[in-house]
Amino acid sequence: MILQPGIIALLLVSLFMTGMILYSSFFGLRIIRRWDLQSGSEEQLALERRTYLISTILAYALVFQIGSLFLFVYTADSLHRLFVGAMCAAGVLNIDPYGYPTFLLKILNLMLAGLWLIINYADNQAYDYPLLRKKYILLIIIAPLIVTESVIQLLYFLEMKADVITSCCGSLFSPPRGNLSAEIVSITPVQTAMTESLAQSLKTTPKTSDLILACCEGIFTGEALALIMTIVTALRVQTVMAGFYLTLAMTFASGIAYYIKGKLGLLFSFASTTFFLISCVSVLSFISLYFYELPTHRCPFCLLQKEYGYVGYILYASLLAGAVSGLGVGILRPFARLSSLSASLPLLQKRLTLLCLVTYFLFAGLVIYRMASTDFTLGVL
Amino acid sequence: MIKLLNVRKGFNLGKPNEFTAVNGITLTLEANRITVLKGPSGSGKTTLLSLIGGMARPTVGRITLRRAGKNGADAEIEVTSLPERFLAEIRCRTFGFIFQQLNLVKGISVLENVMLPAYPLGENNRVVRARAQALLDTFGLGDRPSAKVEWLSGGEAQRVAMARALMNDPPVIIADEPTAHLDSKLSVEFMEIISRLKDEGKTAIIASHDPLVFGAGMIDRVISLRDGMIEGDAP
Amino acid sequence: MASWIEKQRSIMDFTLSSLMRRKGKNIALFLVYTLVVFMLGSALFFTQALKREAALILKDAPEMVVQRLLGGRYDTIPVAYVEKISTIRGVVAAGPRLWGYYFDPSVGANYTLQVPRNNPPGRGQIIIGNGIARSRTVSQGDIMSLRGYDGLVRNYTVHGKLSAESELVSADLMLMAEADFRDLFQFPAALATDIVVTVRNHTELPTIAQKVADLLPDTRPIIREEMVRTYEAVFDWRGGVVLVLLTMALLAFVIFAWEKASGLSAEERREIGILKAIGWETSDIIAVKTYEGLFVSFFSFICGILAAYGHVFFSSACLFAPALKGWSVLYPAFRITPFIDPYQVAVLFFLTVAPYTVATIVPSWRAAIVDPDAVMRS
Repeated sequence: MILQPGIIALLLVSLFMTGMILYSSFFGLRIIRRWDLQSGSEEQLALERRTYLISTILAYALVFQIGSLFLFVYTADSLHRLFVGAMCAAGVLNIDPYGYPTFLLKILNLMLAGLWLIINYADNQAYDYPLLRKKYILLIIIAPLIVTESVIQLLYFLEMKADVITSCCGSLFSPPRGNLSAEIVSITPVQTAMTESLAQSLKTTPKTSDLILACCEGIFTGEALALIMTIVTALRVQTVMAGFYLTLAMTFASGIAYYIKGKLGLLFSFASTTFFLISCVSVLSFISLYFYELPTHRCPFCLLQKEYGYVGYILYASLLAGAVSGLGVGILRPFARLSSLSASLPLLQKRLTLLCLVTYFLFAGLVIYRMASTDFTLGVL
Repeated sequence: MIKLLNVRKGFNLGKPNEFTAVNGITLTLEANRITVLKGPSGSGKTTLLSLIGGMARPTVGRITLRRAGKNGADAEIEVTSLPERFLAEIRCRTFGFIFQQLNLVKGISVLENVMLPAYPLGENNRVVRARAQALLDTFGLGDRPSAKVEWLSGGEAQRVAMARALMNDPPVIIADEPTAHLDSKLSVEFMEIISRLKDEGKTAIIASHDPLVFGAGMIDRVISLRDGMIEGDAP
Repeated sequence: MASWIEKQRSIMDFTLSSLMRRKGKNIALFLVYTLVVFMLGSALFFTQALKREAALILKDAPEMVVQRLLGGRYDTIPVAYVEKISTIRGVVAAGPRLWGYYFDPSVGANYTLQVPRNNPPGRGQIIIGNGIARSRTVSQGDIMSLRGYDGLVRNYTVHGKLSAESELVSADLMLMAEADFRDLFQFPAALATDIVVTVRNHTELPTIAQKVADLLPDTRPIIREEMVRTYEAVFDWRGGVVLVLLTMALLAFVIFAWEKASGLSAEERREIGILKAIGWETSDIIAVKTYEGLFVSFFSFICGILAAYGHVFFSSACLFAPALKGWSVLYPAFRITPFIDPYQVAVLFFLTVAPYTVATIVPSWRAAIVDPDAVMRS
């Protein structure tokens, strides 16, 4: 394993996080089983006190998870010189099959932790802990995901082998691996054994069942990202752009309607989540092109570098914040009927809506500003 | 107005040193009255006070609180099973405590001590400071806001404690053996202040075994406690 | 929203005054914390700066160097190979390089002798690096004697010294003319130390290296990128090893932090009980404890980083250098170029502040759940 300081830091943080979450879930289980608000017994009081600890732990976990995500990408980026053919984090993450799953799991866990904190906040506004069970069941679901993430991250770093000279008699001159970084730079679909037929069919009319099957295979063989890139690059930029603007408009329309009138809440939540997913694809498809001013550079990670003014951080932070808050609005919706929450929940949802709209505005604003102000055009707009 | 219904409080339940401090008390305490809880030590006065003040939760029984609601109508809240954060907020706004040991925070000034109850409510700092200063003025300590509490005399410390209790303008004052460390003159002064507070519309609940307290003229009701139960209840 | 901000402000005020009130305990914590940040920071900055220096130096190294092996050991290479290598398509230029080591018994040091490709010194003249100048106390115009491989002593005039800026690579370097070099080492005319190759297309290097190896099976082509990667890995590894060793210190720090946070004196417990009795709730107390941790962390982190920066870049890591650099007689007196980037700060943050924070979560909570009831009956 490459013993780089960044890697040590990441492993340490993951270790802490896993420990904290497992510790919390253990108590979460106990709370689910023994909670009885009406009783004044010592045990109940102890459980109530314990909930404070768990909330604090989850709040820290979220902070660490955010930091860990960015540190992970940054560390991967700083390792790129050790691997032939890897030009940035995108290539390094593809070095072994665990790289991208770790990355995606980190994002998922970040969003889940954010959602948990939203639910926790809502629960605390009511005087009878109406969401207690659901909250801790969610925690028990998050726990194995965090453990998986830590394990896969460890495997990722363990499997890494730098292309370095290890013997005084030998040398390497290994050709660049035909890997993803080449993919992200060029537009030709990757030609792996599995996806060849898929690449062929994508040039004509892809069958959905083919796509789904290939995706599942891809996840298991670590070729998932190659697959996604293939699909992304096969899609026409105009289509993705249209999707981007459409979901943006829908999100804002339903969001404003919800904020002012209290209607269309569920639609808003759905629209904001869809916008998030389409934005992810858009970053790969055209947004990155405008920032790099190159028709072939699609890497989502280079935006985080100094050359581009660290704009990636603002973009991704606002996008994630918007996604979590938008999702939160939808998640809380079923509980609006509970009497103890009827006063406080709508206010919370409105605040989340506002947060979502503001952060998405920031994201879309930066993107559109860039697209409008740069000389570079894709011949589209 | 505070209602207690069949309230019982036990400690160390299930263990060999189990004991019940309050044993089935049903009580209604009216607003704008001065009530004194009288009884020997071990009778459960302090426990009862902490139950009334929301600092402890009864093992059995219910406690309800009626306070002025937002629209003018009164709201009755059951505080027995309220989560701690709500209880603390109620405690903050409804009750002002004067402890037997006074319990001022050492190392910070008199003014800061008085300001402490207002911090959780998130009011503007300058407003809070002005109000605290005004309170110190009414208690005759306005000239020494930055004095350290360790250097105050017993009477002065008592007055700081009172000022602190009144910081959030609570409708109910709860005092536990307030005259324990005071001489007669100061004790009489204390009762006069309580009387003044009653005239302003406040309620006072005092636990004391000092005759100067429960024998004072302005007392509306004396409840005698023994072994965690009410023994006598006289106007 | 405004009231939340006011509330946090008030709590922060209280936290600061509370920290001041317990100076002894907090200063001890601050010192230990700063020390930990200092140690880890120094190790990190030092290895990263060295890595960067190495990368900068290697930028000027030749794209590809071809060495010859004899019995798995490094041997001289026939100059005739240059011709053959030049015939490979894609090779722009190939030329022999002459360099070697000379052991000087009088100071017990190894000099690197090299025949520079451009502007070699005239016959009988040498240009020396500052390390040699210092250890042999010679300067321009002086004469240095070196004993050749035939046993005869030869005198050379010091024609000039290499610049101080390049001392990292040139401290032990001695440049001389080709004829002198071959004469001193009795180096046959048909041989060279290795061959330097320049190619037209950078990305073709591995292919060309493969062709060289095929054409001349007794050779070993080395590409610069490989060297860069290897050095980078080595420095990373060195830095990592030091950090891993320092985990012992980190562990001790974590235990210390836990201890300090858990040790609630009776006075502190009483204070928290009073606060809760007058209406503060558990989350307010947790906020106090969190801010305490934040303030201590912030100040310790800043001080630790500043100290580490000064240590590494102003005193050239005087505390660490012996362990990390190894030993040698001719040491370049060089100042490491200050180099610090947000990534290093982030890594340091996760290595120090994160463990501290985690260590204090449970003790803070335990402090916050003190029963207000206890204060009533005390």
